[in-house]
Amino acid sequence: MADGEAIEASDPGVGVVETRSVTLFTAADPLQLDSGATLGPVTLAYETYGTLSPERDNAVLICHALTGDAHVAGVHAGKDDPGWWDDFVGPGRVFDTDRHFVICSNLIAGCSGSTGPGSLNPATGRAYGLDFPMVTTADMVRAQRALVRHLGVTRLRAVVGGSVGGMQALQWALDYPDAVASCVIIASTTRLSAQNIAFNAVSRQAIMTDPDFHDGRYAEHGVIPHRGLATARMMAHITYLSEEGLQVKFGRSLQDRDRVSYGFDRDFAVESYLHHQGTKFVRRFDANTYLYLTKAMDYFDPFPDAAAAARALEPVGCNFLVCSFSSDWRFDTSRSLELVQTLLRHDKHVAFQEFRTALGHDAFLLDVPAYKATLKAFLDRHGRAR
Amino acid sequence: MIPDAAAPELRKDQRHVFALVPRGARVLDLGCGDGALLAALVEHRGVRGHGVEIDDDRILDCVRRGLSVVHEDLDEGLAVHADKSSDYVILSQTLQATRDPRRLLHKMARVGHASVVSFPNFGYWRVRLSLLFRGRMPKSPQLPYAWYDTPNIHLCTIADFDDLVRAEGFVVQRRILLNGRGNPMRTSFMAGWRASSAIYLLRH
Repeated sequence: MADGEAIEASDPGVGVVETRSVTLFTAADPLQLDSGATLGPVTLAYETYGTLSPERDNAVLICHALTGDAHVAGVHAGKDDPGWWDDFVGPGRVFDTDRHFVICSNLIAGCSGSTGPGSLNPATGRAYGLDFPMVTTADMVRAQRALVRHLGVTRLRAVVGGSVGGMQALQWALDYPDAVASCVIIASTTRLSAQNIAFNAVSRQAIMTDPDFHDGRYAEHGVIPHRGLATARMMAHITYLSEEGLQVKFGRSLQDRDRVSYGFDRDFAVESYLHHQGTKFVRRFDANTYLYLTKAMDYFDPFPDAAAAARALEPVGCNFLVCSFSSDWRFDTSRSLELVQTLLRHDKHVAFQEFRTALGHDAFLLDVPAYKATLKAFLDRHGRAR
Repeated sequence: MIPDAAAPELRKDQRHVFALVPRGARVLDLGCGDGALLAALVEHRGVRGHGVEIDDDRILDCVRRGLSVVHEDLDEGLAVHADKSSDYVILSQTLQATRDPRRLLHKMARVGHASVVSFPNFGYWRVRLSLLFRGRMPKSPQLPYAWYDTPNIHLCTIADFDDLVRAEGFVVQRRILLNGRGNPMRTSFMAGWRASSAIYLLRH
């Protein structure tokens, strides 16, 4: 990728961007949820990069993962932090903003500008907290669909997502087959395993048993359940990395000391690293959102049986790209192959590739050259107007 | 005769495989490489085609061509492919590089109604003479590798393949033998010597 690096050195990417927001549903015209409940008003925070073509046929939707947000690329004015997938989005990059109009929105139930448990509940005049209705992946996608239409787009060239974002991408293809030309599902699965659900359950327990949780009304008490949320993040973070990756990075090296303390200090570098990850996370993420989004993951199961899969896939005509990573044990390659098998059995057009890397589940966010090459080739090929 | 000038971009041996596949068939190409054959079948024959390939760079080539391609190791099985999901399963110049060719032929019979198998003939006269007179493992444009560094771990002759096909109960519907120039032979006289490679159409 020597060429790519040479280009990126002089390439500022998408530059300064801003998060915008739009109210797509109101109390009078609410969003219908799978649970039967309704939600209104609904505001989505979103960013866009590149220019929508006059034919409005070059839009690509990126779906963010569990703890992502709408800020995919570029920087906000006066700030240094680039978006969470900055390396992938910009002129000449994987999501080539010279060709594509790229959209990303914060999920409903999110905590980065979209309507979620921290928003004001019009019925009570205070924050929803746990009164926020349960939302599913299909609900999230329904809200995104309203945003996409608001932006003047009726058909997306591609819907792309990693991990939980991949679940949304698949849901898009199933629910709006006429609106999706191609669908990219990375390091994801069609359903959580018992082990996946177990990890989510422990994360939620950590949050809900924190003394500062106050049944989700912690904001009104002027606190946040930081211990529970940090613990949830620390545990989840282990599942995002591979054993080999952790071993290479930390091994048994000690943190700021020459010998073990024979006490309960953070002796090992890996302990210190996880602590740092937990602390950093608490500053930017909401505990209630973590509960809602992990629950939506648990419920996701678009192909509960063969008949349901056949029904769901019958109208789907898009091209699929499915990617997995050899050291990902959160959603390992066999999970992607289950999806590929289902797609092939219903005669769908699907490219599947497993990439060799020690970067674990997080690899989907990172610079894995073969992965970036395939993703770019697929988007350039199937991203063409037809 | 070289069939079907509609696919001039293909290698000579691929053109014969191409010609065996009828319009609109469902095709699974195992070890599809850069996807040239599959792309030609999709474009000129309107087939519903899927490929299987193990090499990253070649998968990338297939994605660039817009093909449906699955990263899979043929030695591990064809687990994602349903029984009889293809009309034609193609194994072009790949059989000799697999760990268990017999098992693979049976897997192909599981997923398809017919198999198209092509392979280099290790009984070709140049190969025989090379071994006889040079006393070393033969090399040729078709078999360019040194013995210690070759992916071709299960080379066979046409007679060997005929034996296997008979023993395993496969039905040979057609056999095309190509001479050293890659052209089909008119007679099967001394075929085991004269053919540099062979293409079999097996029915299941």
